[in-house]
Amino acid sequence: MDFQQAGLSRRHALKAGAFAAVASLLGAKLAFADEKTVADELKKLYGDKPFAAGKIKLDVPEIAENGLVVPINIEVESPMTDADYVKAVHVYADGNPLPGIVSYSFTPACGKASAATRMRLAQTQNIVCVAEMSSGALHMAKANVKVTIGGCGG
Amino acid sequence: MISRRDFLQATSAAAAITLASGLGPLGRVAAQQRLSQADILRFDPLGTVTLLYVTDIHAQLVPLHFREPSINLGVGEAKGQPPHLTDAEFREHFKIATGSAGAFALTSDDFTTLARQYGRMGGLDRIATLVKAIRAERGDDKVLLLDGGDTWQGSWSSLQTKGQDMVDVMSALKTDAMVGHWEFTLGAERVKEIAESASFAFLAQNIRDKEWNEPVFKPRKVFEKGGVKIAVIGQALPRTAIANPRWMFPDWEFGIREEEIQKQVEEARAEGAAIVVLLSHDGFDVDRKLAARVKGLDIILTAHTHDAMPGVVRVGNTALVASGSHGKFLSRLDIAVKDGKVADIRFKLMPVFSEAITPDTEMAALVRKLREPFAADLAREIGRTESLLYRRGNFNGTFDDLICDAMLSQRDAEIALSPGFRWGGTLLPGEPITWEAITNATAITYPNCYRMEMTGAQLKEILEDVADNIFHPDPYFQGGGDMVRIGGMGYAIDIGKPMGGRISGLTHLKSGKPIDASRKYVVAGWASVNEGTQGPPIWDVVRDHVAHTKTVSITPNDAVKVTGA
Repeated sequence: MDFQQAGLSRRHALKAGAFAAVASLLGAKLAFADEKTVADELKKLYGDKPFAAGKIKLDVPEIAENGLVVPINIEVESPMTDADYVKAVHVYADGNPLPGIVSYSFTPACGKASAATRMRLAQTQNIVCVAEMSSGALHMAKANVKVTIGGCGG
Repeated sequence: MISRRDFLQATSAAAAITLASGLGPLGRVAAQQRLSQADILRFDPLGTVTLLYVTDIHAQLVPLHFREPSINLGVGEAKGQPPHLTDAEFREHFKIATGSAGAFALTSDDFTTLARQYGRMGGLDRIATLVKAIRAERGDDKVLLLDGGDTWQGSWSSLQTKGQDMVDVMSALKTDAMVGHWEFTLGAERVKEIAESASFAFLAQNIRDKEWNEPVFKPRKVFEKGGVKIAVIGQALPRTAIANPRWMFPDWEFGIREEEIQKQVEEARAEGAAIVVLLSHDGFDVDRKLAARVKGLDIILTAHTHDAMPGVVRVGNTALVASGSHGKFLSRLDIAVKDGKVADIRFKLMPVFSEAITPDTEMAALVRKLREPFAADLAREIGRTESLLYRRGNFNGTFDDLICDAMLSQRDAEIALSPGFRWGGTLLPGEPITWEAITNATAITYPNCYRMEMTGAQLKEILEDVADNIFHPDPYFQGGGDMVRIGGMGYAIDIGKPMGGRISGLTHLKSGKPIDASRKYVVAGWASVNEGTQGPPIWDVVRDHVAHTKTVSITPNDAVKVTGA
């Protein structure tokens, strides 16, 4: 399913809020990232190395309650020993003006590879989370988060 | 996702239960025959535990008419599955005779004729009669009464008393536990105040304090009935902060929180619960998906989507109950427990026919006392209707057409937007439009009717957004409610398309011209979730329109063209 086609006019409707959309919000036009921007970023970091599924537990809401502060929880499965640990985790939002959300570095001393924060999402988009293991293996998890104007429930 | 196997199981079990005892006398009574109180109560008891369940009463203290939808489309896995059946298809699935009491209670066609024959439904004094009779039959120590929420909102008296009238009534009914949704639009402080002082438990496992992620309410409560421990886990509407004004409960976060439900189930079992119930305001399709993913739930008492079904739907080992709305139905489930586990469930959806059931004197007196301060206002006749005025249906309802007409004329707007709420009573042709009737369809804590300019492009974006909220193929991305109602503008919708591609053919009805994406239109609407929305309360807008029109007549609305169903 293509969630990106709604485009810029939708962003303005969203910003204006449920139903009481105001027309005075036509600010400077921002360029938005897309799937390719994120793919390019990853290529810069890791070249053409493939990403495997699994290992990453990416917990984001299906629908954001507030697009300005969307909670994200990440946990990567790993023994976190000197021989086998998670080195880094990067999070991207492929529909924001700047797709890079956060990067975490881990050492075996961390005990577990988990992190939680909040991010601002401009519109409905995919959250892409990649984990780099000490072995060099790469993992990826993706989740779609819907940002909606709300109202009308029930 | 629900596996295909789970789904097939669900449908065949629903059919089997319908053919066996689930339907009770409803479907067996010949067409045109009225039910007696004894018919409604008749039940072959089972086991040692009885669950009674009411939901989505929407503060309707006295009997009313409420017409079920004629259009209730399911998408994805729910397409064509109950509860997404209407009229003849619904009656055929549940073996209900056309023209019968069951047909009147559960389907929409021929509503006016059948309403005149069978009378109003609901009323807390009638529900009290049924509850008391069942408690007397089974013994108080075997009966648990649960409320699925949307109880404190939906009437003028509940709005004026900040839900107190309903709290008093539900306490008098000896409700054991409830969950919430519209309750939260009374504001966080008021809900906490009631939850901390009420005689019933207010449960919600999925509401957390934003800063610390700590539970705001008690997640579950264990009851002991008939020698058995029953754990009730509360699940508030996961989309409350999106569907309703977030600023009214700014420190709370909701969400489905599946894994936390799983933990609740495991903790409850460890405490020795033989029966685990999810008292859920998720909505039926969300709960059907959830039932296939969370293990160990015996029963889900569903709410929010206002579905009423005279049979349970089974997903794996979980039985889902849909008990309707507005006090029209009381569900009874008898449960037999063997070796610490649920061995059998017997279910009946009891229709609350107000003319068949003798009102409970104590409850009738309490209801009268609670309504007394507002009685003169409520009875005030503003105008009359020549048309059947109802609300339910995915795309429009004649009561919403009236509200949109009121906004167009009273607010001098080109286009009117009215939210797709599923609550509010039905008026028959020839009935007066009283203050009570108007406020039953409008009584909310954010009623301001705004007037502003929107471009054609913005209007389309709003329609796309709301449509995705209803027709996203994955129920976890849905929020409940129906499509936003539009006055002055028509459109086409293909519900099978993805977000952004469903809406087309926007037309300005007065001029017959296509809506121009870049032109600005004057739009009136109400129930904005934005703080500080300006404008008169919607009930005054509707009152002025009805007073001016005197006799309301609604022309059939064919402005929405639906495909992809």
